[in-house]
Amino acid sequence: MIAGLARDAIADAGLDKDRIDGLLLTVPVFGYSAFFPSVVADNLGLSLGYFDVVELGGASSAGMIWRAAAAIEAGLCNHVLCVTADLSGGETTPFGLLLPPGDNEFEQPFGASPPNAGYAMIARRHMHEFGTRPEHLAKIAVSQRANALKTPGALFGDTPLTLDDVLGSKLIFDPLHLYEIVSPCTGGAAIIVSRRSEAPQNGHPHVALLGAGEAGSHTSITSRRDITTSWAKDSAARAFAMADLAPERADFAQIYDCYTIAVLMFLEDLGFCAKGQGGAFVAERDMGFAGDFPCNTNGGQLSYGQAGAAGGMTHVVEGVRQLMGRAGERQVRGASVGVVHGNGGVMSDQVTLILGNGG
Amino acid sequence: MQEDYRKPLPRPTAISKPFWDAAHEGRFVVQTCSDCGHSQHPPRPHCLSCWSDALGWKPASGKGQIYSFTVAHRTSTKGFRDDTPYVVAIVETEEGARMTTNIVGCDPASLAIGMPVEVVLDRVTDSVTLPKFTPAN
Repeated sequence: MIAGLARDAIADAGLDKDRIDGLLLTVPVFGYSAFFPSVVADNLGLSLGYFDVVELGGASSAGMIWRAAAAIEAGLCNHVLCVTADLSGGETTPFGLLLPPGDNEFEQPFGASPPNAGYAMIARRHMHEFGTRPEHLAKIAVSQRANALKTPGALFGDTPLTLDDVLGSKLIFDPLHLYEIVSPCTGGAAIIVSRRSEAPQNGHPHVALLGAGEAGSHTSITSRRDITTSWAKDSAARAFAMADLAPERADFAQIYDCYTIAVLMFLEDLGFCAKGQGGAFVAERDMGFAGDFPCNTNGGQLSYGQAGAAGGMTHVVEGVRQLMGRAGERQVRGASVGVVHGNGGVMSDQVTLILGNGG
Repeated sequence: MQEDYRKPLPRPTAISKPFWDAAHEGRFVVQTCSDCGHSQHPPRPHCLSCWSDALGWKPASGKGQIYSFTVAHRTSTKGFRDDTPYVVAIVETEEGARMTTNIVGCDPASLAIGMPVEVVLDRVTDSVTLPKFTPAN
C-alpha cells in the first residue's frame, strides 16, 4: 500500500522517484517493524539523505510536514515523501494495538477503553463548565457528512445524516454517540514536501507552509490539570505567530476529528472563538464547504474515514487540495490560506499548520 | 475475589509495585516527593515537579471528588462487555492526585461532577486489588 501511495504522489507531483531524497513515516497502529524507514526505503528502492519516523499519534502527519520543511531548510534534502498507511482489524495481526505502558496498568483494568473513555470525560467536563449541549456536538457530525457527500472515495459518502440520526444513535461512552466517533478502515495518504526552488513545474499550483507549531506533555488526560483546554492553544499560537496571520484570515480549517468534541474544543483552542463558546460557534456558523466557516471539507475522519495512523494525513491532503483549487465540487471559493490541525492520543500531541497558496 | 476474573489486570513495574501491594494490604497510598512534597499518580521514576528521585509513599485519606466521568454502554475492553453500563471516572483525591478509576455501588444516573467520593478497595483476584470509589456518605 505504501508503494502505491508513493507512486501516486510522485506521479501527481511530476517527480521521478530517484529525486526523492527524504522519507518520513509514522508508526501504524497495527503492525510495525524495527528499522521501519529503512525497510520502506529498501522496498521502494530509494536513496535517502534524511529519513525518520514521526510518532505523535494522530498529529504525526501534520508533524511530518514541518519536519520535512525543516530538514529541507537545513540542507539535508530536497524532496521529502511523507507517507502514512494503516489497516483496520488489529486482532488479526501479531502485534495488536499499541498502547503506552500507563494505559495498560492504570486505565485498562478499569475498563477505560482508550480513547473513548478519555474523550467522553472531556465532553462531560466541557458540558459541565460551559453548558455545551449534545446537539452542538451532533451538528459537527452532520455538517461533515454533508461535505463527504461531495467527496469521491468517502467511506460514508452515500448517506446523509441528520441531527436526530446522531442523537438517536447508540450511546457508546456517554455523552458520546456512535456517529460522533470515527470508525476504523484501511487506507493511506501521502504528500511530497519540496524545496521551493526545486519544485517541479508540472502545471499544478504549489502550496506553501507559512507557519507551524507543536505542543504537548502527557499521554493520559488524567495527567492534565485542565482537560477542557488543550495544548492546541499553544501549538496554534506558535503557528499563527510564525505565519504572522490571525485565525480570522483562514479561509477554511481541517481539524483533527477523532470525535465531535475534539473539533468543538479545537475551534476554541485554535482561536476561532473564545474558550467555552465552541457550542455557540457551531450553532451559529455553517461548517459546509460553501458555508461561512468551511471545516473538514472532505467530511473529515468522521465521514471520509480514519485509516488508523493515516487518518491525520487526509486533513493535510484536503487542505492542500483546497489551496491548489483541486477540490472539485466541494472547492472553497477563493481559498488562499488554510489551517490544518493534528491531534494525537487523548488531546495530547498537538500540531498546527498554516498553509497558503502560490508557494 | 473471583476465580474466573477475565478483565485486564495491572502488570506492576518496580516503580508501581508499592502502590498495588499497599492496595492489596488494605492501604490506599499516593506517591509523594520527599524533597518538594509533590504528589503524583500514576507513580513515576522521578518527581514530575522537581525531578528528584527521592520518592516515597504517603497514606491518602481515600476521600476525593469526581472531576469527570462517563458511563460505558459499549466497550471493546476484554471482560467488560457484560458489565455495561459501568462508570469510568477521573477522581481527584484530597491530596491533589488524579486517577482513572470506577465509581461503584450507585446508580450511574445519580452521579455528577464535583460529587464527593471515597475509596473502596476491590480485591479482584488473590493477588490484585483495584482502588475504586463510591459516593461518600
